[in-house]
Amino acid sequence: MNNKMKGVPISVATIAIFLTLFHYLAFGSNLPPEKGGVLPEIKIPVPVNATDRSYLGLKSIGLFKIPQIKAKVVIIEIFSMYCPYCQKEAPEVNRLYSIIERNADLKDKIKLIGIGAGNSSFEVEVYKKKYNVPFPLFPDEEFSIHKCIGEVRTPYFLGVKINDDGTHRIFYSQLGKFKGAEPFLELMLQISGLKQEK
Amino acid sequence: MKKHGKFIVTLSVISIFLYSATAFCLSDAFKNNIYNPGTLKPIDSILKVKVGDSAPDFSLPVVFGGRISLDQYRGKKNVVLSFVPAAWTPVCSDQWPGYNIVEDIFDRNDAILLGITVDNIPSLFAWTNQMGTLWFPVLSDFWPHGAVADRYGVLRSDGITERALFGIDKKGIIQYIGVGDINKRPRLEILVRELEKLEKQ
Repeated sequence: MNNKMKGVPISVATIAIFLTLFHYLAFGSNLPPEKGGVLPEIKIPVPVNATDRSYLGLKSIGLFKIPQIKAKVVIIEIFSMYCPYCQKEAPEVNRLYSIIERNADLKDKIKLIGIGAGNSSFEVEVYKKKYNVPFPLFPDEEFSIHKCIGEVRTPYFLGVKINDDGTHRIFYSQLGKFKGAEPFLELMLQISGLKQEK
Repeated sequence: MKKHGKFIVTLSVISIFLYSATAFCLSDAFKNNIYNPGTLKPIDSILKVKVGDSAPDFSLPVVFGGRISLDQYRGKKNVVLSFVPAAWTPVCSDQWPGYNIVEDIFDRNDAILLGITVDNIPSLFAWTNQMGTLWFPVLSDFWPHGAVADRYGVLRSDGITERALFGIDKKGIIQYIGVGDINKRPRLEILVRELEKLEKQ
């Protein structure tokens, strides 16, 4: 191998290492968020819709971070309008929202949001309208949030506990396994610690 | 030095893997059954039809039995042909489940959707079953292999098709052609916009 050829693999390796470092810096570890950990730096546009803004307790405009939602627990569904399981489970997730909203003790403590992985605003609206989704859904057209959370399959659920001092921790991070509104809510209450706080 | 070299090679392989990962085909409905061919050449064929042409007629077998020909819709329905590259591959596997929840938009525009791939019927049967019950027919352009795709100019050199949409009005005239990057799912809003135009023809 001549000297020129010897340099080629090293150059490729250098570029690859650089890209790896860049990828990790830009998108984090590329692994799903772990229980006990915190959310990656995700900023979402504050909803234009006043109902959604009021539901989330957001007053400002611009971008917000999930722990800024006025709640003790935020349940995040990573979905896609193109995902058959998400479509099938949509009515049951809606029911979860209704159960929470009808419970005076829980309605201000638990909030639901959905993030449409790879979905445009139009596609998210189609899904929202088709299944009458009552909670705020956010598009993630370029998969930027999806990449931050490890490119999980859908539907994926994250449970985040927000502490009084503004810090937060993930208490649930799971692909699918939505076995129904009541058992899921019971699980959330148990493992978030909300039940013990009652 | 040798040890150092091994480390660099390992890291390079990991890096390449990270960058070849695709964010598509997300649904857990397909579990780990999707074959990822990696990033393909965006377009690998030359169209043989253009907007304003009469759409080439065809007759193809349908996954759940019988045959469908294009001319049976002439004078009755607008038609959208959705060619997807292959069963059990990323992007394709979630494109049609998305179309499956917009039947009302097709109805509103007096249109039918025909899904077409070059896969054979058994493969299409197993694959589309994972999508739930589809409201639109799925046609197999398996034999003669890709003959319909070839007539439209969307058969790629490796025997799969482009990710292509054709909007055909009730007179059988092609009013829209969308051949996009095979690695990306076309935005639903573009299809809806074209559907609305079709109905106004």
